[in-house]
Amino acid sequence: MNVTGPFLALIAKLLSGASVRWLDCQPDTCQRVYFANHTSHLDALVLWASLPRDVRAVTRAVAARDYWERGPVRRHIAASFNVLLIDREKIKVHHSPVEIMLREIGNKYSLIVFPEGGRSENGEMGEFKSGLYYLAKRRPDLELVPVYMDNLNRVLPRGEVLPVPLLSCITFGPPMWLEAGEPKTQFLTRARAAIQRLKEM
Amino acid sequence: MTSGCFPPLWILAQADESTAIQAQTYWLLGVVLGLLALAYLAGRVLKRYPPGSLNLALVERFNHRIRVWWMMCAILVAALMWGTGPTVFLFFLVSFWALREFITMTPTRRGDHRALFWVFIVFTPLQYLLVGLSGDFYGLYSILIPVVAGLFVPARIAFSGDHKRFLERSAKIAMGLFVCVYALSFAPALMNLRLTTSAGVKWGEEDSSLPNAGLLFYFVLIVQLEDVLQNVWTRLLGRRVIAPAINASRTWEGFLGGVTSATLVCALLWWATPFRFWEAACMSMIVAVAGFAGSMVMSAVKRDRGVADYGTLVQGHPGVLDRIDSLCFAAPVFYHLTRYFFCVFL
Repeated sequence: MNVTGPFLALIAKLLSGASVRWLDCQPDTCQRVYFANHTSHLDALVLWASLPRDVRAVTRAVAARDYWERGPVRRHIAASFNVLLIDREKIKVHHSPVEIMLREIGNKYSLIVFPEGGRSENGEMGEFKSGLYYLAKRRPDLELVPVYMDNLNRVLPRGEVLPVPLLSCITFGPPMWLEAGEPKTQFLTRARAAIQRLKEM
Repeated sequence: MTSGCFPPLWILAQADESTAIQAQTYWLLGVVLGLLALAYLAGRVLKRYPPGSLNLALVERFNHRIRVWWMMCAILVAALMWGTGPTVFLFFLVSFWALREFITMTPTRRGDHRALFWVFIVFTPLQYLLVGLSGDFYGLYSILIPVVAGLFVPARIAFSGDHKRFLERSAKIAMGLFVCVYALSFAPALMNLRLTTSAGVKWGEEDSSLPNAGLLFYFVLIVQLEDVLQNVWTRLLGRRVIAPAINASRTWEGFLGGVTSATLVCALLWWATPFRFWEAACMSMIVAVAGFAGSMVMSAVKRDRGVADYGTLVQGHPGVLDRIDSLCFAAPVFYHLTRYFFCVFL
C-alpha cells in the first residue's frame, strides 16, 4: 500500500495553499498531456496533487533521472507518485525521451510535462523545447491541456531548500491539439501562448 | 497551559462550579445564539418573498453572512470550551492564514525568501507560543514582533544582498506581521489577564480553566456587531462616503450609526463583563471605532494592490483577512485598556 503518495499530495496542498481552477476543461481520466510553466521543484508534485484522485492514479509526471535518482529519499518520492524518469544526458536516436514516454504511457496513462525543460530563474516563461511537438505528432489523439502555475516560484524558488507557505493558484485551460500540417515553431508558439493566456484570466 | 475543560463536563456537572465557565458567560452566549437564531429566521422569511419584491443578491449576501457567523460562533465557542490552549491555537491558525493572504498579495523579491521563512516558521508560531504559555509572558510577547522581528527582518533581507525597493519590501513584511500576527494575538492574550472591576474587586472564578472566555467572546461580539450595523446604517441613510477612493461603501452615517448602536447593544450586555454600564459603553465605543478604522486601513491596502479581496489569487472570494481586519485593529486596543484599568498583577 502506497502511503507516501497521498501523504505527499496532502503536504503539497497545505504548503502551496493551491486553489485549483478548471476553465473550459473538466477533470477526466482520458489520456492527456498536461503541459505547464516550470518555476519550482514543487510544480510537478503540486500539479499532480491538484488532480482528483482517480485522475491522479493514471497520471505520471515526467522528470529528470539525474535529479530524482540521487539518494534514497528522492528515489522513494519519485516511485510513490509514479514519476516517469527521463535521462537528460544519454539521449540516443531510438531511445529518445519521446519514445520512452510513448512506450511508458501506453493506452492508459496521462503525462505531466514542462516543455521549457528547466525551471525559469525569474518566474518568466522561457521558450518551449520541441518534445511536446513530437509527442503530439506521434500521438495526435492525446488531449494537450495547458496549465498555468501561479506563485509557486515564491513558495519555493530555484536554489532554495525551505519553502515559504504562500498561496498559489493552478489553472487548467481548454485542451488543444496539433493541427494537420502545422509547423513545429508555430505549434510551440501556440502552446506557449495558451499558457500565457491563462495567466491573464 | 491549564488543562482543558471538556464540553460534556459543563453540561452535566453544573454543581461543580470550579471547572465551569461563569454563569454570566452562558447568559451572554445565550443572548448571542438568540440573536443569531432571529437573524437566521429573518433570512428564511426574506427568502420566501415573491421574486422581484426584494433585491435577491442582497438577501443572498445576508444569508451567507449569517452562515459565516454561525460558523465563527461555533468554532470560537468550541475552542473556548476546550480551554486556553486550543483557543490560542485557533487564533494562531487564523493569523497564519491571514498572513499568507497578505504576503501573497504583496510583491516580494527573491531576496526576501529567507526572511519570509523566518516570519512564517519562527516568529508567527513563537508569538502564539508565548501568548499561550501559562504565566503571563507579556514582557516577551509584547516585544517579540515590534522589536525582535522588526530588527531581524530588514537585517535578513540586507544580508541576502538585494537592495532594490529595500525600504518598501521590509515595510510590507513588517506591516503584514504586525497586523496579521502581533495585533490579532492580543485577542487570545486576554485569557492571561487577572481581571478586577474598576473598584479593585476580583472578578471571575479563581481556579476556572477558562478565566476570561466571556470577555474574549464579548470583544469579538462588539467588533462583529459594529461591522454589520454600520452596513445596515449605510444602507438606510448612507450619503456621505468617507473616502471614495478607498472604500465606496463606507459612509459617515454608517460609521456614526454603527458605532453608536454597537455601543448601545454592548453596553446593555455589561453584566457579562467586569465593567460597569458606562465603562462597558466607553470600551465598546473605542473598540468599535478601532474596528472600523481597521477595515478602512485594510481596504486601503487592497486598493493599493489593486485587488477586491484578499481571498486567493482568484478574485471574487473574500478571504480570512477580509473577515478579521477589524478584529486585528481592535484587539490590542481592547487588551491594553483592559490591562490598564481592569487588571491586577501579582
